Amino acid sequence: MKELIDSKGLGYRELNGHIRKILGLSSSDSGNRYAGMEILLKNVCGQRYIGCGLKGDHKISIEGVPGNDLAAFMDGPIIEVFENGQDGIGNTMNSGKVIIHGDTGDIVGYSMRGGEIYIEGSAGFRCGIHMKAYKKKTPVIIIGGSAGDYLGEYMAGGIIILLSLRRKGVDKVFGTGTNRAGYHIGSGMHGGTIYIRGKVEEYKLGRDVIIDEPKGSDIDILYEYIGNYCNFFSADASSIKVEDFIKLIPFSHRPYKKLYTY
Amino acid sequence: MEFGSIRLRQESNRYSQEYFSRYRIPSGCAIFGMMDQSGGRFNGSQVIDGIALMHERSNGLGGGFAGYGIYPQYKDDWAFHIIYDGPEARCLTEEKLSSNFRILFSEEIPTREVKGIENPPMIYRYFLKPADFAYSITSGRHSIKANTYQKILNDNERFKIMEEDFIVSFVMEVNSGHNGSYIISSGKNMGIFKGVGFPEDIGNFFKLETYRGHLWISHGRFPTNTIGWWGGSHPFGLLNWSVVHNGEISSYGTNRRFVSGFGYKCVLSTDTEVITYLFDLIVRKQNIDPGILHLILSPPLWDEIERMSEDEMKLAKILRILYGGALINGPFSIITATNEYMYALNDRCKLRPLVAAKKSDFLFISSEEAPIKLICPHPDIVWHPGGGEPVIGRLNKNSAIDHKEKIVEDILNRM
Repeated sequence: MKELIDSKGLGYRELNGHIRKILGLSSSDSGNRYAGMEILLKNVCGQRYIGCGLKGDHKISIEGVPGNDLAAFMDGPIIEVFENGQDGIGNTMNSGKVIIHGDTGDIVGYSMRGGEIYIEGSAGFRCGIHMKAYKKKTPVIIIGGSAGDYLGEYMAGGIIILLSLRRKGVDKVFGTGTNRAGYHIGSGMHGGTIYIRGKVEEYKLGRDVIIDEPKGSDIDILYEYIGNYCNFFSADASSIKVEDFIKLIPFSHRPYKKLYTY
Repeated sequence: MEFGSIRLRQESNRYSQEYFSRYRIPSGCAIFGMMDQSGGRFNGSQVIDGIALMHERSNGLGGGFAGYGIYPQYKDDWAFHIIYDGPEARCLTEEKLSSNFRILFSEEIPTREVKGIENPPMIYRYFLKPADFAYSITSGRHSIKANTYQKILNDNERFKIMEEDFIVSFVMEVNSGHNGSYIISSGKNMGIFKGVGFPEDIGNFFKLETYRGHLWISHGRFPTNTIGWWGGSHPFGLLNWSVVHNGEISSYGTNRRFVSGFGYKCVLSTDTEVITYLFDLIVRKQNIDPGILHLILSPPLWDEIERMSEDEMKLAKILRILYGGALINGPFSIITATNEYMYALNDRCKLRPLVAAKKSDFLFISSEEAPIKLICPHPDIVWHPGGGEPVIGRLNKNSAIDHKEKIVEDILNRM
């Protein structure tokens, strides 16, 4: 079933209330009454917490700039944004997909524990801060353009892929070289993997990561997510070569063990 | 409209303590700025719309606006906005004004009653010319020190600096005088409107839709680490400067000591005030181009400096060493404005949000992107400035990015 909400002038409480109503949810329960709902939100402008805590196989499409903490605690749905996103996308997200046709602000995937975030353009600072993985849950963030400083800061698990693509007249350049990451990559990182397209200068790395070469299962992972990226954003997959990537892994799984007794 | 005679500070202090004992309001500051770089003037309603959209970032304890180009009929005279605790304070300060200035025009600033704005103080504005004798006898003890850095000035420039220094010392004197008067705005052809409440209510209260300016900045929430009171809301102003700030300054003590050596008194018991004085000291008095100001306020780390080209490195080192006490540490994003430009800067780790956008002659700077898109749905370019990366919009120069190389060359020649 398809539904449309004109979000013009709505506060975030009203808008999220409408969404929950369409999904047959009362304010107290997060279970599902309906399945496979599709909702189109028109004229969104800065409303926060869209998709917060939602479960199920629904799809929410957003026209306009959604506010902070988009898809926070989300568990299952797909959210597609046809504009730029703001800060805190996928905050502590559990599963589902977020697809952003544009750039995003800071702390994308903050404490994310599962699901996938696809960013067509560039991500702000601290993308993937404190992401974590557990058993079968592995969160993934794919960034098409550049990433700001502190990519994967305090990362404890999951996957970040930076494609370092350029779009005409839109992208800002962070740093130099072919890669498009900022400084202090993976500082405080103690789990998970970051893949970056392009050679990364040693001084850009945080002191907690080492450079490795993608091989075996890494290649499969890269093919899968690059394929998805190109699919979602109609990008040319042939220009992204798997052999151009480097892999960053943490130096230690307990970088601060000397500071704490247990 | 009638004003009760209230003790401004105590009253609002009690108010905010009550407020906090009942519940904590989670919020982060909102800052928003908008400028027509071609100098075209527009009224304040769009800026109110922009800051109102970030309502969740505010908490009702402070809001304010600064508008530039709003008093063209008095563009060469000093425009003071003064808030008074009561009629007594007004008498005392007006006496002081008339003995130092020629008062060309004065009036109560027109306001309207707005739900949510309680207990406003008395708010007056004055258009002033300094009496000739006033600044010729003010030695400007901090002016001499600063001017030694500058190339020899001609008489006009010297005169201008003397006059400005006189205004600074007059404002410092009144604001630290504890007689219940606070000069919240003291520039030319600009004005600051601020108070306790949500910014959209404050904007409405002051009827900002009736003013037209080429540059507006605004703020929601209240000065961090301080009680919310009318004089303590943002923007902070001195001369033509106004500053709005999201964040807090951990280096406040150091910065305060640094500016106090040049005669600036930090009297408003808040951290943002010191940023205003840093701008005044470094840009106005010491004539440092805003294009390299980020190398002082939010400089690159030493290891980044080591990787710069030789000229850049030399400059960055000189500035870090000379201006160590002006480095602002801690999370912040600020927008500073003066009649000629709007300037935005983040701390070097970007711990507070900042987004900028350009649409032909218009430059927008905001805490969030949505307010920009509300006012201008299709900007030419939107970007997220990095940590320590400034955004500068100059009047009559359609570029938000400076000619950095030229400035580097200039400054090295000067050193």
